Order: sequence, then C-alpha cells, then structure tokens
Amino acid sequence: MSMIHVSTTVNGDEVDFVCDPRETLLDVLRDRLALTGAKEGCGTGDCGACSVMVDDRLVCSCLMLGAEAEGKSIATVEGLAKGEDLHPLQEKFIEHAALQCGICTPGILVATKALLDKNPDPTETEVRYWLAGNLCRCTGYDKIIRAVMDTAADLRKAS
Amino acid sequence: MSVSRPLPHDAARLHVTGQARYVDDIPSPAGTLHLAFGLSEITHGRITHLDLDPVRQAPGVKCVLVADDLPAANDVSPSAHDEPLLSTGSVHYVGQPIFLVVAASHQQARRAARMAVIDYAEEPAILTIDEALAADSRFENGPVEWATGDADQAIRDADHQLSRSLTMGGQEHFYLEGQAALAWPQEGGDMLVNTSTQHPTEIQHKVAEALGVPMHAVRVETRRMGGGFGGKESQGNALAVACAVAARATGRPCKMRYDRDDDMVITGKRHDFRIDYTVGYDEDGRIRGVFFEQFARCGWAMDLSLPVADRAMLHSDNAYHIENMRITSHRLKTNTQSATAYRGFGGPQGMLGIERVLDDVAFALGRDPLDVRRRNFYPSASAGSVPATTHYGMPVEDFVLDDICDRLAASSDYAARRQAVRDWNAANPILKKGIALTPVKFGISFTLTHLNQAGALVHVYQDGSIHLNHGGTEMGQGLFQKVAQVAAARFGVDLSMIKITATDTAKVPNTSATAASSGSDLNGMAVRIACDTIRDRLASFLAERHQAEAADVIFRDGQVHVGAESYPFATVINEAYMARISLSATGYYKTPKITWDRIRGRGRPFFYFAYGASVSEVVIDTLTGENRILRTDILHDAGASLNPALDIGQVEGAYVQGAGWLTMEELVWDDAGRLRTHAPSTYKIPACSDRPDDFRVTLYEMENREDTIYRSKAVGEPPFMHGISVLMALSDAVAACGSGGLYPDLDAPATPEQLLTAIERQRAAS
Repeated sequence: MSMIHVSTTVNGDEVDFVCDPRETLLDVLRDRLALTGAKEGCGTGDCGACSVMVDDRLVCSCLMLGAEAEGKSIATVEGLAKGEDLHPLQEKFIEHAALQCGICTPGILVATKALLDKNPDPTETEVRYWLAGNLCRCTGYDKIIRAVMDTAADLRKAS
Repeated sequence: MSVSRPLPHDAARLHVTGQARYVDDIPSPAGTLHLAFGLSEITHGRITHLDLDPVRQAPGVKCVLVADDLPAANDVSPSAHDEPLLSTGSVHYVGQPIFLVVAASHQQARRAARMAVIDYAEEPAILTIDEALAADSRFENGPVEWATGDADQAIRDADHQLSRSLTMGGQEHFYLEGQAALAWPQEGGDMLVNTSTQHPTEIQHKVAEALGVPMHAVRVETRRMGGGFGGKESQGNALAVACAVAARATGRPCKMRYDRDDDMVITGKRHDFRIDYTVGYDEDGRIRGVFFEQFARCGWAMDLSLPVADRAMLHSDNAYHIENMRITSHRLKTNTQSATAYRGFGGPQGMLGIERVLDDVAFALGRDPLDVRRRNFYPSASAGSVPATTHYGMPVEDFVLDDICDRLAASSDYAARRQAVRDWNAANPILKKGIALTPVKFGISFTLTHLNQAGALVHVYQDGSIHLNHGGTEMGQGLFQKVAQVAAARFGVDLSMIKITATDTAKVPNTSATAASSGSDLNGMAVRIACDTIRDRLASFLAERHQAEAADVIFRDGQVHVGAESYPFATVINEAYMARISLSATGYYKTPKITWDRIRGRGRPFFYFAYGASVSEVVIDTLTGENRILRTDILHDAGASLNPALDIGQVEGAYVQGAGWLTMEELVWDDAGRLRTHAPSTYKIPACSDRPDDFRVTLYEMENREDTIYRSKAVGEPPFMHGISVLMALSDAVAACGSGGLYPDLDAPATPEQLLTAIERQRAAS
C-alpha cells in the first residue's frame, strides 16, 4: 500500500513523516517519531493510556489514523515539561505518589491537563468523571484525585 | 535515615515525563521482526488439517513456525510440563496457540495469523465445575483433604446447623501493559531477552530448554513492568520462548506483544471457585465446626493451580479459631484458559468462604456480624499465653486483630454509622444502604518452602556511588525504592548515591518470582546482607588504621565516623580501593522458621501473618441494582513500614482491585467456551468514578515481632482482601430490602444484575 506524507506539529515542533494509511496516530508517534510516552493499553479507546491532544481536543491516539494528523497540532506527555522544569501536574503526581507502575500516568496527565485548561476549578466529582476514561489498575485512584485537586488549587493561586 | 520515609517511587520522574521504558518502548534494533500466534478457534479437539500457505503468503511474513519446527523443548509450563508453546495436534481451549507468525511488523503478523485454514475433529468440552466433576476431570488423582478436630461431630453437636453454596468469579489481571518480550540473538548462540515478567529466572530456564542450551547461554533482563498482579509470574513464558525460537530461526531480533484481546483470550486469570459449606454454631455465635468443599476451575493445564488451591485451604480460617474444620479441595481440569497466579493466590477465595460463613451465621442469629466475627477471633498475642493453632497446626503468635478492630471501629464510628444505616433504610424505600467491617489475616511466605530465598549484588565504585541489584522485579509496587532505601541506610548515604538497576539473571542467579508479597522481605534482607559485608570490610580497614574497634565505626549522613574523626563516604571508599579492599559483595537470604508438608497439610508454612481490617459503607438503587461505595476506612498492618507512601498506595490499590473482583469484574464464557469479555469494552475494572467517595487509609504502625527487614511486613497481597467488606456491605443493603428472614446469598461478582435479582428475592419473601 502506498505511503502517505503528513505534515504536522508535535509538541510545538514542525514534523513531517510518511506512514501507511492504516497506521494509527499512536503507532506513528511510537514507531516513527520515537515518542513512546503514549501507550497502547487496549487499542480500542477504552483505557485512555494513549491520550494525546489534537489541536484542543483530547483524543485516544489509538482511534485516530496518523494520516488524519495532517495540519493538526499534536501535544503528548513529552511536551508537558519545559526542559528540566516539570509541569505543576507532574510535580504533584510525584509528591502525592499518584502513580505505581506508571504506564497509565502519561495518559492521565494529558487528560488532566486538558480538564484544567478548560476548567481551572473543577469539583472532585467533575475530576472523577472526567478521568473515568483513563484506567489505572494499581493505585485505586485516590492519590490521583488528590494530586489533581491540589494542582488545580495551586494553579488558581498562581494565576 | 532513608528507611521509613514516604519517598516517591524511584522512577516517578520518568513515569510523569513519559521517559520510563517498558519492553515495548525499548528502541528496536535494526531488522527486528514481530510475532503473533495463530490461535485455536475451538474448545477441544484434534487438528485434522492445517493449511498455513495463506499465512506464509500474507504481506510481510518471513516465516511461520509450528511445533515440529521447534529446536528443542516445546513447553512453557511453570510446573508439570503440560503446556506446549505450540499445539502438537490437539487443542484444549479457544485461544490456544497453534502456530507462530514471524513478520516485518506487528500488524502484519497479527493480520496473517488470522488467515490459516484449520479443520478440527471436535471432542466434547468440559467447561463448568459440574461438568468437570461429572467427568472426574481433575489434577492430582483426587481431592485434597485436610482436617483438624472432628468437624462432622462438632457440627452435629452445635445448637444450629447451616449449609449453603457460594460461587465466586475469576478475575482478569488487566495489567495496563500487556505481555511483551524481545529476544536479541548474541554471538555463539547466546540469547538476551528483555521481557515483562515477575520471574526472570523462569524465563531463562524455559528459553534455555526451548533452545536446547544451558541456562548460562540465556540472559534475561527486566527493568519494569506496567503492572503484574501475578499475571506475569508464568504467563510471559510463551512470548519469551516464542521470541527466542524465532530469533534462533531467523538470526534476527524478535519482538512479541499481545494485543489486549489476545492477551485476555490466551492468558490465565484468577481461579473461579465454588465453595459449599456446612457450619455448626451455637446460640452465642461461636462456631463449633465447619466443613468446606472447595471447587477450583483450573483450566486446561496445571500451571500454579496446586499451590493456589492449597492457599485457598490455608486461608479458610482467616481470623477465626475454629477447632474442628475439614476442607476438601477439588482442582478441576476444564477446557478454558489455564488459571494462574493472581494477587492473593487462592487466599482471597478461601477467605471469602469463611467470611461468608460468619456473615451467614450472624444473619441467622440476628446479631451484628462484627460481634460474631470477634467472638470467633484467635486469642490475642500476649506475653506468656499459649497461642492457638490454625487448622494446619501453625501457632498464631502475632494476632493483633482485636486491637485493630477496636481502633478501626472507633475511628470509623462503626456503631453509630450502623445505626444511621438502619435509620436511613427505615426511612427510604428506594435507596438502601449497607455497612460491614471485615478482618484480614494473611500468611506471608511462599508455601513452596524452597522458593523463600533471595540474592543480591552490590558494588561500590571508586567515587562512592553504589550499584544495586537483586532478584526482585519492579511492577509498580515500589520494591526497588524500598530496597534502595535499605541500601542507603546501611551505608549511611543519600539515596542519590544508589543506582537502581534492572533485574538481570546474569547478576543474581536462581531467583524466585517476585510474588507471594515477598519482594521486600526477601530482597531487602539479601541487600542488607550484601551491604553489611562491604560495610564490615570498610569498618575493619578504618579500625585498623585508627586503632579503634570495627564496631565503633559509624556510617551516617554521608560520613564515616571513627573515634573523633569523620570522613566523607567517598573519601573512605577511595582509600579502601587504594588499600585493595574489595568493594563488591553478594548477599543471600533464606527465610527462617518455615516447614511445610503440603500433602498432610501440617506445619508452619508462613514466617508471620499480616493483618488489617476495613469498613465499607455502600448504597444501592433497588430499582436498578446500581451501587456506590460511600465511604471506606482501612487500618492495615505493614509492620514498621519501609515507606508509608508506597505502602498506603498498595493498600488503596489492592482494596479497589479486590472490590472490583467482587462487584463488577465479570468473566463470561459462552456455551462454545469462548471468552466473550476479552477487552475493557466488555470487562469492567474499577474506574476513577468507582473509587469510594470518602477513602481513609491508615497504617497500623507496629513492628513485626519476627526479624524481618527493619521489622516491616509484606504488603502486596494482604490488603486485596479488604475488598470483601464491600461484598458484605452490599449483602447488608440487600437484606434491608426484606423483612429479615431470607439471607441475601449473593454470589460474586455482585453485579447490578445480580443485586437486582437478590433484591427481588427479598421483596418476594417479605
């Protein structure tokens, strides 16, 4: 099958790649762009481990074709920190021990940032239901919620 | 000191930045090939015709391997050599690997694997417990039976008798990282395997057998897993062996990862059980005797089913001193996935059996279940008293559940909330609440005694930095950090001086699986011993120079103190190097005190017990069966915790996983033996929205009375069984729908559908 040339922006950088038209955005990120932060947990859009931002929309990158990224702006977990400076969410996840095996963490961080960008003052219930599409098998979620609520409070204070 | 501090996970920074490398994230070497299994489509039968030409002709396919192509052993079983990597002509469950596709890409391999044309001569399948019993299809020659006292007589002599049956479903591990392996052929026929496994030594062993080479020709490395939960104790063997034989056949690196659906269809899960019970109890709630008949559905191959079923028997007492008990355990062979290790390893199933008995008895007597539970507790440990023994003859010397329950009942306000639940239920016809407090006593050690050993390797480099290695694997539980904290404490240095390294069979040999909650107990001790060997050499060296006693040399705060002098650790190391002192050591530890005769069911299989208790309050919608956990309080015994942040994380995660097992995680096989719940779209694990609204977890800080690493206790599995309080609270809420005459008799998982049926039974009876 003929390959497709795609021009896009990933974490602020202009990126060009060629891919098989059947390849998902997740496969492209992981196999062609060496951005392995997004993970394949289920491949069916149910677990959220592959969450990325496409323009201003939170998507499961396993459900989108790489070719559909043409002209779009993609943001992944790799773009959250600025060099050595972690994003406040990343710091709070470490501080609150809101991770164990860590494989769901990139998707949860991307999804949470999307929530806080839209809604800087979410209720705990809003956080719980927003993140209901991001499965974590290790933590039982409590520390994740605490880390998110704490980050949101800090960000509001700072703004 | 670094020990007992609530430090974050060692890889936390890598996790939050997406830099942590799991097997599938390792940059593939040039020319890497990708694998997929072709799977059996039927439950049981013989393959009469296998046409693989369409597979071979599919795009990207390099070769296809069948059993006859394998160079040596065709076996991936961890126990009985009854699990071929590839079918030898017969198939025993839907999903059994028949052939192996080697292709240029993961997707090409998967697509090609679906193209085989296979004809079968189908044979009758055994799917259920009843079918297995009828066909006498089982492992071992017959059931295993253990007894203490005279259960039958005691039951007859008691004031009351009661018999019932409880079924409990299995559980998919649903580690978020599916099984994965990568094999790199080396010079001279050697093989390097990177794999997501809890048991690198077993992978090494199985790969060596499969290649027909000594174990020294195979090196297995595991840096981390994206979750394990027992599902990567033996279930990774097939992928690693497949990669190794394909790498041998092609001379190229080979990688395999299961797609989620394949993972769920191929690999084993928690054993589902039915437990029939007959109990004799007195008017005051005291249990006189119990007879349990346990039926475990083990699937098609033995795997770890025997020790799993043993542990179910071992936990049939939970916290209760029952002098007359008889347990019969049936290990049934069925045409389903080979059930395997899963957090608790049979313990949860056995424990749920006795907890159900206590709940049933309390209901029959119209008493608070907590009172009946406490009435039957083992006597508390106290100086000078003679401990009671379990049904397998082990003295319970460390029983602390009276104190834990006192504290938890007070901190959770159990009595007042129980009354509030009653008041609520009297006033509300639609939403009904329930509350329950259940205890956990869980035995710590591998029941296969020889597995209770561990090794470590510690190097100190000339600059004072320390390389740490041991046989334990990191699956998210924080083992590496806890063990690093031990090493830092022994040398009195900052944690930043310690380099945590991947588990590697070339560094520490003959390791046991990281399982049975034993990771930090075993590896922490082995590392302590290795560190102390080096430290003692340093102390002797300094003592000689300063004419002091070696025992007076102190390692603290990055300094080494001898007499009135103190030197930076790195300076001492450099001087020791110049003086030709060895700065590398191994450590080896074996758990003391344990002896176990599994045939007779007698001995001391456990070094000690870990304890805890939980209170769950739930609400159910009686119109739909939907339910929520409103509040959870847990008090859990982690001994003197090595790291309270990690330990509390284990308790929270285990509770939610345990609650998931008993309330929402439902595995459904159809009449043709196909698993219909093979993805998160149909198999529901707890999500963020399912977590208790109010979740309060506290550690019961009390030193382990046994000499474990810094007097801590194992914490991986025991809190899983706190989930039992959710099922008991749901039962309490269902009972509130009736008039008190009909026990709710919930099976697990108590899905909304099951709850609704139980509610209707209550309403019909009242």
